[in-house]
Amino acid sequence: MAFPAVLKRRSFGETQRQDAWWLQPGAVVVGLGLASAYATWAALQADHYVFGGYLSPLYSPEVFGLSHHAWFEGFPSWWPSFVPQSPALFILILPLGFRATCYYYRGAYYKAFWADPPACAVGEPRNAYRGENSFPLIVQNIHRYFLFAMMAWIFVFFPIDVYRAFEFETASGGHAFGIGVGSFVLLINWLLLSGYALGCHSTRHVIGGFRNVMAGRPFQSACYRCVSCLNRRHMAWAWLSLIWVTFSDIYVRLCSMGVWTDFRLV
Amino acid sequence: MAATQFRIWRQDGAGDEGGYRDYTTEVTEGMVVLDAVHQIQAESANDLAVRWNCKAGKCGSCSAEVNGNPRLMCMTRMSDLPADRPVTVEPMRAFPVIRDLVCDVSWNYEVKKKIEPFEPRPPDAEDGTWRIAQEDVERVQEFRKCIECFLCQDVCHVLRDHHLHDEFVGPRFFVYNAALEMHPLDTRDRLASLKQDEGIGYCNITKCCTKVCPEHITITDNAIIPLKERVVSEFYDPLKKLFRVFSGGSRA
Repeated sequence: MAFPAVLKRRSFGETQRQDAWWLQPGAVVVGLGLASAYATWAALQADHYVFGGYLSPLYSPEVFGLSHHAWFEGFPSWWPSFVPQSPALFILILPLGFRATCYYYRGAYYKAFWADPPACAVGEPRNAYRGENSFPLIVQNIHRYFLFAMMAWIFVFFPIDVYRAFEFETASGGHAFGIGVGSFVLLINWLLLSGYALGCHSTRHVIGGFRNVMAGRPFQSACYRCVSCLNRRHMAWAWLSLIWVTFSDIYVRLCSMGVWTDFRLV
Repeated sequence: MAATQFRIWRQDGAGDEGGYRDYTTEVTEGMVVLDAVHQIQAESANDLAVRWNCKAGKCGSCSAEVNGNPRLMCMTRMSDLPADRPVTVEPMRAFPVIRDLVCDVSWNYEVKKKIEPFEPRPPDAEDGTWRIAQEDVERVQEFRKCIECFLCQDVCHVLRDHHLHDEFVGPRFFVYNAALEMHPLDTRDRLASLKQDEGIGYCNITKCCTKVCPEHITITDNAIIPLKERVVSEFYDPLKKLFRVFSGGSRA
């Protein structure tokens, strides 16, 4: 059905809105820009990512490496010579892919970085638009596979790191239970990442959203309600977990460099 | 009483280019934008066209853009708008203007006719009635609050800026689809038409539709994304396809 002419299309940034509409996309550009720049820099350092039992979440799990957290000592011979030998580069694709294809972040960065649109009811720079209907953005539909991998990371590998963050070396060379500020830093990081992944829209679908009838399935119904509850604050979980994962790396790094002191509480 | 300036869009049909015209009227406590527009109509612009009905935010007739934001004029308090600047009132930008603030929204009714209708499973009881658990019906109850004001359609950039009316049905009809598709009694399958004919893939999750909904329906999170996820399962999930081949099953 041919559609009759509507009002003239507004040019880029043109709007009758009187509020500071640019503030939110601007904050997303700054927030995501800083987090991406820091994560890239930190991942390329390949140093100061371990402090005692603490392992930076940007380097977890340390599949290949030289610290006592590493699964395999050293890097394999097939590792390309032009790529820095950083354990982070081996696993960072996972959280990066998960966040990049996350429904919340998609909406946020389409607006902030592509101006598609820059904000609600604000003119766009381009006439052509294909959305997520065709390549390349149709690839965003892979999100649930990143979710499954993230779930394995968060609930299988990451708890090991959190457990080890509560282990401290004794004078005799053994290990004993202890609590440092860093233990809490890594525990909070795990909790925030769990809240973010469990509240994901794909989790909500997989856990029960695909059904129309939940009656008679009390466990699934309870899980669906819990996930829906987390999903209502998905944006907050996304930002808090991003900020805290960055802070966790900074904490471990600065403790390792001797700039900060990790206070022992127990 | 305070004299307030208004910039109101005036246009005489689709052939006219249209433009803003300035008006001033006295605004008193408790007035909404629709009251002010009516006052201007009575005082200085008798030929100003504005569509309205209930003045209670339930009929969805007085949809317009107030200071650039898609709003119901009857639910926008003058006291919530900046008093030091003229108040801009213009018609919705996703639909053709009939005159001044009145749009032709009939495209929406044509779209609605094409959506697969509700088809319930056979009755559960001999008297021809069904039994539904409260928790199952609660999910789709939210979607039934829609008053069809079409503000979500207006703010959606796919319709508003890209005019893809032929390929994309817009948030209102994803809500309508969700109300049918997620209904515990429904037996129809709308996923193929959602993907191919209704263009759900064009939605890039700006959440603008959710922000402007006067009924506070969580359009993006509760209707569009769950439908997108069902479309992913049906058309883009290789493991799910493999599982179906071996189990010979269908969607729950």
